[in-house]
Amino acid sequence: MHILAAIMIIIGLAFLAVSSIGLLRLPDFFSRTHAAGKSETLGAILVLGGLAIYNGFELSSFKLAFILIFMSVANPVAIHAVARAAHHSGIDPWTLQHKVKHYDESIHDDEAEEDVENKEQAGCGG
Amino acid sequence: MIERYNSIIVDITCRVMIPFIQVFAIYVILHGHYSPGGGFQGGVLLAASIILLRLSMGHEESYRKLPQRSASVVGTGGMFLFVVFALAPVAFGGHFMDHGYLPIPGLDAVELRYYGILIAEIWIGLAVFGLLVVIFDRLSERRW
Repeated sequence: MHILAAIMIIIGLAFLAVSSIGLLRLPDFFSRTHAAGKSETLGAILVLGGLAIYNGFELSSFKLAFILIFMSVANPVAIHAVARAAHHSGIDPWTLQHKVKHYDESIHDDEAEEDVENKEQAGCGG
Repeated sequence: MIERYNSIIVDITCRVMIPFIQVFAIYVILHGHYSPGGGFQGGVLLAASIILLRLSMGHEESYRKLPQRSASVVGTGGMFLFVVFALAPVAFGGHFMDHGYLPIPGLDAVELRYYGILIAEIWIGLAVFGLLVVIFDRLSERRW
């Protein structure tokens, strides 16, 4: 039983580590909410479930199960609310166009400003 | 003014979760004198449930559930009752908050202090609940 609990906690910690790396590394707001919403919920579920299994059939594991249910409901809903509010307030999702545009600008930094303006007017911006 | 958040997911989830939050807040308040928690934490949880209601339903609809005036009445009333309750032993020759001096028959001083702390926690919880809701309402309504 303890081995199962340890395996669950370790897998959960791996998911939490992946989600925190994603939170730091992903390019824009929506993909960051993706990282914070899914893998963090799964990591928390695994860690809490592992702790409940480790405790055995007790009052404290019952409380842990309650926290697990509450968190698995509340965390995705909170992420949904934040992402929806961001979408309504007009944040553009990141696309490949952003990357291409920034790449072009970094190449042509030394040239005159007119060139950049012409490029933006040509529809390169996303 | 906070508008209603037009998403059925948020709506249903908040409606389901708010009673559980309030039950847990009452649990925290009532077990505050011999386990972690207490009046302040339970009051903050109660206020958080009401703030969740305000955020999900919007001001117009949630003012019908809990008006701003009744929140301020609950807050100031809890504060007042706490002060009265804490000063009551002074009238019977004890110190501030020393409820062992209260002349209630059938209970010795230790039991009196136990129940005194419990009742004081309840008043603190009401005061924190009402005043935090009032602070949130004052900050979020647009009347300047």
